[in-house]
Amino acid sequence: MRAIGGSSGLIRVLLVEDSPGDIQLTQEAFRDANSSVQLHVVSDGAEAMAFLMHEGAHADAPRPDLILLDLNLPRMDGREVLAHIKQNEHLKTIPTVILTTSEGEMDIAKSYQLHANCYLSKPVQLAAFESLVKSINDFWLTKVRLPPREMNSAGVSRNRRQ
Amino acid sequence: MPLQILLVEDNPGDRRLTQEAFRDINPLIRVYVAHDGAEAMAFLRHEGAQAAAPRPDLILLDLNMPKMDGRDVLARIKEDEDLEDIPTIVLTSSEAEADIVKSYQLGANCYLCKPMHFDAFYSLMKSLNDFWLTRVKLHADDREVGQKASLGRGLPTAETNFSP
Repeated sequence: MRAIGGSSGLIRVLLVEDSPGDIQLTQEAFRDANSSVQLHVVSDGAEAMAFLMHEGAHADAPRPDLILLDLNLPRMDGREVLAHIKQNEHLKTIPTVILTTSEGEMDIAKSYQLHANCYLSKPVQLAAFESLVKSINDFWLTKVRLPPREMNSAGVSRNRRQ
Repeated sequence: MPLQILLVEDNPGDRRLTQEAFRDINPLIRVYVAHDGAEAMAFLRHEGAQAAAPRPDLILLDLNMPKMDGRDVLARIKEDEDLEDIPTIVLTSSEAEADIVKSYQLGANCYLCKPMHFDAFYSLMKSLNDFWLTRVKLHADDREVGQKASLGRGLPTAETNFSP
């Protein structure tokens, strides 16, 4: 299989999720699906932006290869986080997958308008949730070509990921 | 209701492979084909002979094409308020990092490299179907609108090449 994740071999996923139960389920599902995934967790939108902008306690936060973003979050909600990411020249290339319990048509439409890379709704059943996380791994972290992590001003990577 | 994909691809062999793969993997999918970027934009904007073209649920976009290349098509889709929410997947033989970065900068929903071998290509199309057309929530309102439009205007119901 193609190696992604640079010299460490780790694929960094940022999970933005406020529900402790969903955090634990996602962690366990990734552990089963792909031991190369390094899951970073933040529990609200403001902390997600601090992580991505390397602010405060997140000064040393790495750039994630993929973001899993809940919509309904405390402090700053997921729609606002998504808008910030996709309006930022440095961050907009990070694939951002909406992972939410909402199946509202407005939420789906709005997320694509804000340039979410895709929209997934969280299943209620445990087995279905695990299966969804596995499908995220199988597609996004196996089939998709992710952008390189480090880019100079010309948009060319300094560190190749392979 | 059938899902509608717009395949934008200038290579006849790749067009045929993609159509055959989807016919086999998911017969409910209707694949429309544009042969270059200009045709793709005409289809999406219902221009000229494409006045009755439906709104696709998903776009598969090659990068290197005659007339208008895929980067240009992608930029136009993602700058157009009526089109920007259609998931647009780059499907190209290019593995160049500059193409990957540029595509994500322009708002590509994801970037896939076409494998050289048939089995790997088929497997990729199967993954694409299993994820994007099974797991992902697409924008249903648009799908209904597109479907009504296509029925109302009497478009062919079989898999269709919209241009010769």
